Amino acid sequence: MTTIQLTINNQAITIEAPPMKRLLDVLREDLHLTGAKEGCGEGECGSCSVLMNGDLVNSCLIPILQAEGAQITTIEGLAINEKLHPIQQCFLEAGGAQCGICTPGMILATHHLLEKYSQPTLSQIQEGLSGNLCRCTGYIRIFNAVQQAADLTLAP
Amino acid sequence: MRSNVTQYDLISPNSLDAILQILAGSPDPYTPIAGGTELMVALGAGRLQPKKFISLWNLAELRFIQVTPDAVVIGAGTTFTDIRQHPTIARELSLLTQAASWTGSIANQNRGTLGGNIVNASPAADSPPALLAYDATLTLISIHGTRTMPYRDFHLAYKKTALAPDELLHSITLSRNWKSYKSYIRKVGIRNAQAISKVAIAALARTHKGRIEDIRIGAASLRETPARLTATEQSLLNQPITPATIAAARAAILSETLPIDDIRSTAKYRAAVAANLLEEFLRSL
Repeated sequence: MTTIQLTINNQAITIEAPPMKRLLDVLREDLHLTGAKEGCGEGECGSCSVLMNGDLVNSCLIPILQAEGAQITTIEGLAINEKLHPIQQCFLEAGGAQCGICTPGMILATHHLLEKYSQPTLSQIQEGLSGNLCRCTGYIRIFNAVQQAADLTLAP
Repeated sequence: MRSNVTQYDLISPNSLDAILQILAGSPDPYTPIAGGTELMVALGAGRLQPKKFISLWNLAELRFIQVTPDAVVIGAGTTFTDIRQHPTIARELSLLTQAASWTGSIANQNRGTLGGNIVNASPAADSPPALLAYDATLTLISIHGTRTMPYRDFHLAYKKTALAPDELLHSITLSRNWKSYKSYIRKVGIRNAQAISKVAIAALARTHKGRIEDIRIGAASLRETPARLTATEQSLLNQPITPATIAAARAAILSETLPIDDIRSTAKYRAAVAANLLEEFLRSL
Protein backbone atom coordinates (compact mmCIF):
# COMPACT_ATOMS: atom_id res chain seq x y z
CA MET A 1 0.00 0.00 0.00
CA THR A 2 1.12 3.52 -0.73
CA THR A 3 -0.10 6.79 0.71
CA ILE A 4 -1.31 9.09 -2.04
CA GLN A 5 -2.41 12.69 -1.79
CA LEU A 6 -4.49 14.30 -4.47
CA THR A 7 -7.26 16.82 -4.95
CA ILE A 8 -10.62 15.56 -6.09
CA ASN A 9 -13.34 18.08 -6.93
CA ASN A 10 -11.41 20.78 -5.05
CA GLN A 11 -11.11 18.65 -1.93
CA ALA A 12 -7.69 17.52 -0.67
CA ILE A 13 -7.74 13.77 -0.14
CA THR A 14 -5.25 11.29 1.32
CA ILE A 15 -5.77 7.62 0.61
CA GLU A 16 -3.96 4.32 1.13
CA ALA A 17 -4.02 2.17 -1.98
CA PRO A 18 -1.93 -0.31 -3.97
CA PRO A 19 0.04 1.97 -6.35
CA MET A 20 -1.23 0.20 -9.50
CA LYS A 21 -4.88 0.46 -8.47
CA ARG A 22 -6.79 2.20 -11.22
CA LEU A 23 -7.95 5.75 -10.56
CA LEU A 24 -11.41 4.59 -11.63
CA ASP A 25 -11.50 1.98 -8.86
CA VAL A 26 -10.24 4.45 -6.26
CA LEU A 27 -13.00 6.88 -7.25
CA ARG A 28 -15.77 4.29 -7.21
CA GLU A 29 -14.72 1.90 -4.43
CA ASP A 30 -12.72 4.03 -1.98
CA LEU A 31 -14.39 7.40 -2.45
CA HIS A 32 -17.87 6.22 -3.55
CA LEU A 33 -17.86 8.65 -6.47
CA THR A 34 -19.76 6.41 -8.88
CA GLY A 35 -20.34 8.98 -11.62
CA ALA A 36 -17.38 7.67 -13.66
CA LYS A 37 -18.48 4.33 -15.14
CA GLU A 38 -16.55 1.32 -16.30
CA GLY A 39 -17.54 0.47 -19.86
CA CYS A 40 -14.74 -1.30 -21.70
CA GLY A 41 -11.89 -0.98 -19.21
CA GLU A 42 -9.45 -0.44 -22.08
CA GLY A 43 -9.62 3.22 -23.01
CA GLU A 44 -11.97 2.75 -25.97
CA CYS A 45 -15.37 3.90 -24.68
CA GLY A 46 -14.76 6.97 -22.52
CA SER A 47 -17.40 6.17 -19.83
CA CYS A 48 -14.73 6.51 -17.14
CA SER A 49 -13.55 9.95 -18.39
CA VAL A 50 -12.42 12.46 -15.79
CA LEU A 51 -10.28 15.60 -15.95
CA MET A 52 -6.75 15.32 -14.57
CA ASN A 53 -5.04 18.69 -14.23
CA GLY A 54 -7.59 19.96 -16.74
CA ASP A 55 -6.93 17.25 -19.34
CA LEU A 56 -9.49 14.68 -20.40
CA VAL A 57 -8.26 11.19 -19.45
CA ASN A 58 -9.62 7.66 -19.11
CA SER A 59 -9.51 6.90 -15.39
CA CYS A 60 -9.44 3.14 -16.11
CA LEU A 61 -5.93 3.57 -17.55
CA ILE A 62 -4.35 5.56 -14.71
CA PRO A 63 -2.48 3.85 -11.89
CA ILE A 64 -3.33 5.84 -8.79
CA LEU A 65 0.32 6.59 -8.05
CA GLN A 66 0.47 8.62 -11.28
CA ALA A 67 -2.34 10.81 -9.92
CA GLU A 68 -0.23 11.80 -6.89
CA GLY A 69 -0.58 15.55 -6.43
CA ALA A 70 -3.04 15.85 -9.33
CA GLN A 71 -6.25 17.86 -9.51
CA ILE A 72 -9.06 15.50 -10.53
CA THR A 73 -12.50 16.64 -11.60
CA THR A 74 -15.30 14.08 -11.84
CA ILE A 75 -18.90 14.61 -12.88
CA GLU A 76 -19.74 15.04 -9.19
CA GLY A 77 -17.50 18.10 -9.14
CA LEU A 78 -19.32 19.94 -11.93
CA ALA A 79 -22.70 20.51 -10.30
CA ILE A 80 -22.15 22.65 -7.24
CA ASN A 81 -24.70 23.78 -4.66
CA GLU A 82 -27.23 21.34 -6.13
CA LYS A 83 -27.39 23.38 -9.30
CA LEU A 84 -26.68 21.70 -12.63
CA HIS A 85 -23.65 22.82 -14.59
CA PRO A 86 -24.73 24.59 -17.82
CA ILE A 87 -23.38 21.66 -19.89
CA GLN A 88 -25.52 19.25 -17.87
CA GLN A 89 -28.55 21.49 -18.34
CA CYS A 90 -27.96 21.52 -22.12
CA PHE A 91 -27.66 17.71 -22.25
CA LEU A 92 -30.96 17.49 -20.35
CA GLU A 93 -32.76 19.97 -22.59
CA ALA A 94 -31.43 18.64 -25.89
CA GLY A 95 -32.11 14.98 -25.05
CA GLY A 96 -28.39 14.26 -25.03
CA ALA A 97 -28.74 11.71 -22.21
CA GLN A 98 -30.71 8.49 -22.43
CA CYS A 99 -29.52 5.47 -20.43
CA GLY A 100 -26.90 7.66 -18.80
CA ILE A 101 -23.87 5.35 -18.81
CA CYS A 102 -21.88 7.49 -21.25
CA THR A 103 -23.25 10.82 -20.02
CA PRO A 104 -20.72 11.71 -17.28
CA GLY A 105 -17.88 11.04 -19.74
CA MET A 106 -19.62 12.93 -22.55
CA ILE A 107 -20.09 15.95 -20.30
CA LEU A 108 -16.46 15.98 -19.15
CA ALA A 109 -15.28 15.55 -22.75
CA THR A 110 -17.53 18.50 -23.67
CA HIS A 111 -16.06 20.53 -20.81
CA HIS A 112 -12.52 19.80 -22.08
CA LEU A 113 -13.54 20.61 -25.67
CA LEU A 114 -15.13 23.96 -24.77
CA GLU A 115 -12.04 24.94 -22.77
CA LYS A 116 -10.03 24.51 -26.00
CA TYR A 117 -12.61 25.81 -28.49
CA SER A 118 -15.34 28.01 -27.06
CA GLN A 119 -17.15 27.94 -30.41
CA PRO A 120 -16.35 24.51 -31.86
CA THR A 121 -17.27 23.47 -35.38
CA LEU A 122 -19.26 20.28 -35.86
CA SER A 123 -16.10 18.41 -36.83
CA GLN A 124 -14.32 19.68 -33.70
CA ILE A 125 -17.26 18.47 -31.62
CA GLN A 126 -17.16 15.10 -33.35
CA GLU A 127 -13.44 14.76 -32.79
CA GLY A 128 -13.62 16.00 -29.20
CA LEU A 129 -16.21 13.34 -28.36
CA SER A 130 -14.81 10.59 -30.61
CA GLY A 131 -13.44 8.70 -27.62
CA ASN A 132 -16.84 8.57 -25.93
CA LEU A 133 -19.22 5.94 -27.21
CA CYS A 134 -23.01 6.17 -26.86
CA ARG A 135 -25.28 3.26 -27.74
CA CYS A 136 -28.56 5.14 -27.30
CA THR A 137 -28.73 8.57 -28.82
CA GLY A 138 -27.18 8.23 -32.26
CA TYR A 139 -25.04 11.21 -31.21
CA ILE A 140 -27.04 13.96 -32.98
CA ARG A 141 -28.76 15.10 -29.78
CA ILE A 142 -25.41 15.03 -27.99
CA PHE A 143 -23.84 17.23 -30.67
CA ASN A 144 -26.84 19.58 -30.34
CA ALA A 145 -26.33 19.71 -26.57
CA VAL A 146 -22.66 20.64 -27.02
CA GLN A 147 -23.63 23.31 -29.54
CA GLN A 148 -26.19 24.75 -27.10
CA ALA A 149 -23.60 24.80 -24.32
CA ALA A 150 -21.18 26.64 -26.61
CA ASP A 151 -23.89 29.15 -27.56
CA LEU A 152 -24.54 29.85 -23.87
CA THR A 153 -21.07 31.31 -23.49
CA LEU A 154 -21.99 33.86 -26.19
CA ALA A 155 -25.15 34.90 -24.39
CA PRO A 156 -24.90 38.16 -22.40
CA MET B 1 -10.51 -11.87 -15.38
CA ARG B 2 -9.29 -8.72 -13.63
CA SER B 3 -5.74 -8.76 -12.23
CA ASN B 4 -5.22 -8.75 -8.48
CA VAL B 5 -3.82 -5.25 -8.18
CA THR B 6 -2.15 -5.93 -4.82
CA GLN B 7 0.33 -8.22 -6.64
CA TYR B 8 1.77 -5.31 -8.59
CA ASP B 9 4.28 -2.72 -7.54
CA LEU B 10 4.80 0.73 -9.03
CA ILE B 11 7.44 3.23 -8.04
CA SER B 12 7.83 6.79 -9.24
CA PRO B 13 11.32 8.23 -8.75
CA ASN B 14 11.46 11.94 -9.45
CA SER B 15 14.53 12.09 -11.68
CA LEU B 16 15.77 10.34 -14.79
CA ASP B 17 19.06 9.60 -13.07
CA ALA B 18 17.31 7.81 -10.18
CA ILE B 19 15.27 5.76 -12.67
CA LEU B 20 18.39 4.74 -14.65
CA GLN B 21 20.16 3.73 -11.43
CA ILE B 22 17.25 1.48 -10.48
CA LEU B 23 17.04 -0.04 -13.96
CA ALA B 24 20.79 -0.77 -13.84
CA GLY B 25 20.84 -2.12 -10.31
CA SER B 26 17.79 -4.30 -9.90
CA PRO B 27 18.21 -8.05 -10.39
CA ASP B 28 14.44 -8.24 -10.90
CA PRO B 29 14.01 -5.49 -13.41
CA TYR B 30 11.28 -2.95 -13.49
CA THR B 31 9.14 -2.35 -16.55
CA PRO B 32 8.82 1.32 -17.46
CA ILE B 33 5.28 2.70 -17.70
CA ALA B 34 4.48 6.14 -19.10
CA GLY B 35 0.88 7.06 -20.05
CA GLY B 36 -0.44 3.55 -19.39
CA THR B 37 -2.57 3.39 -22.55
CA GLU B 38 -1.12 -0.06 -23.35
CA LEU B 39 -0.04 -1.61 -20.05
CA MET B 40 -3.12 -0.58 -18.05
CA VAL B 41 -5.32 -2.26 -20.67
CA ALA B 42 -3.42 -5.49 -19.99
CA LEU B 43 -3.83 -4.93 -16.24
CA GLY B 44 -7.59 -4.49 -16.62
CA ALA B 45 -7.81 -7.65 -18.73
CA GLY B 46 -5.80 -9.73 -16.27
CA ARG B 47 -2.95 -10.41 -18.67
CA LEU B 48 -0.23 -8.07 -17.42
CA GLN B 49 2.79 -10.35 -16.97
CA PRO B 50 5.45 -8.10 -15.34
CA LYS B 51 4.79 -7.30 -11.69
CA LYS B 52 7.13 -4.38 -10.99
CA PHE B 53 6.79 -1.06 -12.75
CA ILE B 54 8.65 2.22 -12.74
CA SER B 55 6.78 5.35 -13.75
CA LEU B 56 8.11 7.73 -16.42
CA TRP B 57 4.88 9.75 -16.55
CA ASN B 58 5.28 13.52 -16.70
CA LEU B 59 9.02 13.39 -16.03
CA ALA B 60 10.26 16.80 -17.23
CA GLU B 61 13.55 15.30 -18.48
CA LEU B 62 11.62 13.12 -20.94
CA ARG B 63 8.76 15.46 -21.80
CA PHE B 64 10.04 18.20 -24.08
CA ILE B 65 10.16 19.37 -27.66
CA GLN B 66 13.36 21.16 -28.56
CA VAL B 67 13.81 22.95 -31.88
CA THR B 68 17.35 23.46 -33.16
CA PRO B 69 18.37 25.03 -36.49
CA ASP B 70 18.54 21.58 -38.15
CA ALA B 71 16.32 19.32 -36.13
CA VAL B 72 13.38 18.82 -33.82
CA VAL B 73 14.17 16.69 -30.78
CA ILE B 74 11.17 15.14 -29.04
CA GLY B 75 11.50 13.66 -25.56
CA ALA B 76 10.20 10.08 -25.34
CA GLY B 77 7.69 11.10 -22.65
CA THR B 78 6.06 13.74 -24.86
CA THR B 79 2.33 13.11 -25.34
CA PHE B 80 0.53 13.03 -28.67
CA THR B 81 -1.37 16.14 -27.55
CA ASP B 82 1.96 17.94 -26.97
CA ILE B 83 3.03 16.92 -30.49
CA ARG B 84 -0.25 17.97 -32.15
CA GLN B 85 -0.05 21.41 -30.52
CA HIS B 86 3.53 22.15 -31.56
CA PRO B 87 3.64 24.74 -34.35
CA THR B 88 7.05 23.79 -35.81
CA ILE B 89 6.08 20.13 -36.03
CA ALA B 90 2.75 21.06 -37.63
CA ARG B 91 4.50 23.26 -40.19
CA GLU B 92 7.58 21.19 -41.04
CA LEU B 93 6.86 17.62 -39.93
CA SER B 94 3.18 17.45 -40.66
CA LEU B 95 3.16 13.67 -41.17
CA LEU B 96 3.84 13.32 -37.46
CA THR B 97 1.12 15.82 -36.52
CA GLN B 98 -1.29 13.89 -38.71
CA ALA B 99 -0.29 10.54 -37.17
CA ALA B 100 -0.64 11.98 -33.66
CA SER B 101 -4.15 13.20 -34.52
CA TRP B 102 -5.37 9.66 -35.23
CA THR B 103 -3.56 7.94 -32.37
CA GLY B 104 -6.54 6.90 -30.22
CA SER B 105 -8.97 9.49 -28.85
CA ILE B 106 -8.27 12.89 -27.30
CA ALA B 107 -8.14 11.21 -23.85
CA ASN B 108 -5.58 8.70 -25.15
CA GLN B 109 -3.56 11.48 -26.79
CA ASN B 110 -3.45 13.32 -23.46
CA ARG B 111 -1.70 10.31 -21.91
CA GLY B 112 -0.06 8.26 -24.66
CA THR B 113 3.57 9.13 -25.39
CA LEU B 114 5.66 9.00 -28.54
CA GLY B 115 8.28 6.91 -26.75
CA GLY B 116 5.66 4.47 -25.53
CA ASN B 117 4.31 4.07 -29.03
CA ILE B 118 7.81 3.20 -30.31
CA VAL B 119 8.96 0.95 -27.47
CA ASN B 120 5.68 -0.94 -27.26
CA ALA B 121 6.65 -2.01 -30.78
CA SER B 122 3.22 -2.87 -32.15
CA PRO B 123 3.45 -3.53 -35.91
CA ALA B 124 0.23 -1.48 -36.20
CA ALA B 125 1.42 1.55 -34.18
CA ASP B 126 0.42 4.93 -35.57
CA SER B 127 3.57 7.05 -35.32
CA PRO B 128 6.20 4.69 -36.85
CA PRO B 129 5.33 5.15 -40.55
CA ALA B 130 5.87 8.92 -40.22
CA LEU B 131 9.04 8.48 -38.14
CA LEU B 132 10.41 6.02 -40.73
CA ALA B 133 9.63 8.39 -43.60
CA TYR B 134 11.51 11.18 -41.81
CA ASP B 135 14.33 8.71 -41.06
CA ALA B 136 14.24 9.57 -37.34
CA THR B 137 17.20 8.97 -35.06
CA LEU B 138 16.66 7.51 -31.60
CA THR B 139 18.72 8.39 -28.54
CA LEU B 140 18.85 5.61 -25.95
CA ILE B 141 20.07 6.25 -22.44
CA SER B 142 21.36 4.17 -19.51
CA ILE B 143 23.74 4.77 -16.61
CA HIS B 144 26.56 3.94 -19.04
CA GLY B 145 25.67 6.93 -21.21
CA THR B 146 23.75 7.52 -24.39
CA ARG B 147 23.87 5.96 -27.84
CA THR B 148 22.05 6.88 -31.02
CA MET B 149 20.70 4.69 -33.75
CA PRO B 150 18.55 5.12 -36.84
CA TYR B 151 14.93 4.30 -35.96
CA ARG B 152 14.77 2.01 -39.01
CA ASP B 153 17.16 -0.40 -37.20
CA PHE B 154 15.31 -0.38 -33.87
CA HIS B 155 12.71 -3.10 -34.45
CA LEU B 156 14.44 -6.50 -34.61
CA ALA B 157 11.46 -8.86 -34.80
CA TYR B 158 7.85 -8.98 -33.64
CA LYS B 159 7.77 -6.93 -30.40
CA LYS B 160 11.55 -7.26 -30.10
CA THR B 161 13.64 -4.09 -30.12
CA ALA B 162 17.27 -3.03 -29.78
CA LEU B 163 16.58 -1.58 -26.31
CA ALA B 164 18.66 -3.19 -23.53
CA PRO B 165 16.90 -4.06 -20.22
CA ASP B 166 18.68 -1.22 -18.39
CA GLU B 167 18.05 1.30 -21.18
CA LEU B 168 15.32 3.83 -21.85
CA LEU B 169 14.36 5.56 -25.05
CA HIS B 170 15.34 9.15 -24.30
CA SER B 171 14.39 11.11 -27.40
CA ILE B 172 13.56 11.08 -31.08
CA THR B 173 15.39 13.42 -33.46
CA LEU B 174 13.86 14.49 -36.76
CA SER B 175 15.66 16.48 -39.43
CA ARG B 176 13.87 19.68 -40.48
CA ASN B 177 15.04 19.64 -44.07
CA TRP B 178 11.92 18.56 -46.02
CA LYS B 179 10.88 21.70 -47.88
CA SER B 180 11.59 20.17 -51.30
CA TYR B 181 9.64 16.96 -50.57
CA LYS B 182 6.06 16.01 -51.23
CA SER B 183 4.51 14.08 -48.40
CA TYR B 184 1.77 11.50 -48.03
CA ILE B 185 0.21 9.70 -45.10
CA ARG B 186 -2.87 7.55 -44.90
CA LYS B 187 -4.23 5.15 -42.32
CA VAL B 188 -6.90 2.67 -43.31
CA GLY B 189 -8.95 1.36 -40.39
CA ILE B 190 -12.52 0.38 -39.66
CA ARG B 191 -13.47 3.91 -38.65
CA ASN B 192 -11.75 7.24 -38.42
CA ALA B 193 -11.55 7.56 -34.62
CA GLN B 194 -9.85 5.14 -32.27
CA ALA B 195 -9.44 2.27 -34.74
CA ILE B 196 -6.20 0.31 -34.98
CA SER B 197 -4.87 0.39 -38.52
CA LYS B 198 -5.39 -2.36 -41.07
CA VAL B 199 -2.67 -0.71 -43.18
CA ALA B 200 -0.87 2.62 -42.87
CA ILE B 201 1.72 4.25 -45.07
CA ALA B 202 3.67 7.49 -44.78
CA ALA B 203 5.99 8.66 -47.53
CA LEU B 204 8.17 11.52 -48.69
CA ALA B 205 9.56 12.03 -52.16
CA ARG B 206 11.55 14.62 -54.07
CA THR B 207 11.34 14.78 -57.83
CA HIS B 208 13.48 16.54 -60.39
CA LYS B 209 12.42 16.91 -64.02
CA GLY B 210 9.77 14.26 -63.55
CA ARG B 211 12.07 11.66 -62.00
CA ILE B 212 12.13 10.50 -58.40
CA GLU B 213 15.39 11.68 -56.84
CA ASP B 214 14.73 10.54 -53.29
CA ILE B 215 11.91 8.58 -51.70
CA ARG B 216 11.22 7.20 -48.22
CA ILE B 217 8.30 4.96 -47.42
CA GLY B 218 7.32 3.85 -43.90
CA ALA B 219 4.60 1.27 -43.31
CA ALA B 220 2.61 -0.25 -40.46
CA SER B 221 0.65 -3.50 -40.33
CA LEU B 222 2.44 -4.92 -43.37
CA ARG B 223 5.19 -6.82 -41.60
CA GLU B 224 5.90 -8.15 -38.11
CA THR B 225 7.36 -4.74 -37.23
CA PRO B 226 6.88 -1.22 -38.56
CA ALA B 227 9.24 -1.02 -41.53
CA ARG B 228 10.90 1.14 -44.16
CA LEU B 229 10.06 -0.33 -47.56
CA THR B 230 13.52 -0.15 -49.08
CA ALA B 231 12.97 -2.51 -52.03
CA THR B 232 10.00 -0.42 -53.11
CA GLU B 233 12.06 2.74 -52.71
CA GLN B 234 14.86 1.23 -54.84
CA SER B 235 12.39 0.29 -57.58
CA LEU B 236 11.36 3.94 -57.80
CA LEU B 237 14.67 5.78 -57.57
CA ASN B 238 15.55 7.75 -60.72
CA GLN B 239 12.37 6.58 -62.42
CA PRO B 240 9.83 8.78 -64.17
CA ILE B 241 6.25 8.41 -62.91
CA THR B 242 4.79 6.23 -65.65
CA PRO B 243 2.30 3.34 -65.61
CA ALA B 244 5.27 0.96 -65.92
CA THR B 245 7.00 2.53 -62.89
CA ILE B 246 3.81 2.32 -60.86
CA ALA B 247 3.31 -1.32 -61.85
CA ALA B 248 6.88 -2.15 -60.84
CA ALA B 249 6.43 -0.36 -57.50
CA ARG B 250 3.17 -2.23 -56.83
CA ALA B 251 5.03 -5.49 -57.44
CA ALA B 252 7.93 -4.38 -55.24
CA ILE B 253 5.72 -3.48 -52.27
CA LEU B 254 4.07 -6.90 -52.44
CA SER B 255 7.47 -8.60 -52.65
CA GLU B 256 8.76 -7.01 -49.43
CA THR B 257 5.69 -7.09 -47.23
CA LEU B 258 4.09 -10.03 -45.43
CA PRO B 259 0.62 -8.94 -44.35
CA ILE B 260 -1.34 -11.37 -42.20
CA ASP B 261 -4.92 -12.43 -41.56
CA ASP B 262 -6.09 -11.31 -38.12
CA ILE B 263 -9.17 -9.93 -36.36
CA ARG B 264 -8.78 -6.57 -38.07
CA SER B 265 -8.32 -7.55 -41.69
CA THR B 266 -7.06 -10.13 -44.17
CA ALA B 267 -3.68 -10.50 -45.81
CA LYS B 268 -5.31 -10.19 -49.22
CA TYR B 269 -7.07 -6.93 -48.37
CA ARG B 270 -3.96 -5.47 -46.76
CA ALA B 271 -1.79 -6.30 -49.77
CA ALA B 272 -4.27 -4.78 -52.21
CA VAL B 273 -4.73 -1.61 -50.13
CA ALA B 274 -1.00 -1.18 -49.55
CA ALA B 275 -0.36 -1.19 -53.30
CA ASN B 276 -3.29 1.19 -53.84
CA LEU B 277 -1.99 3.65 -51.24
CA LEU B 278 1.44 3.59 -52.84
CA GLU B 279 -0.09 4.23 -56.24
CA GLU B 280 -2.18 7.09 -54.81
CA PHE B 281 1.00 8.71 -53.55
CA LEU B 282 2.95 8.19 -56.77
CA ARG B 283 0.12 9.68 -58.85
CA SER B 284 0.24 12.79 -56.64
CA LEU B 285 3.90 13.48 -57.44
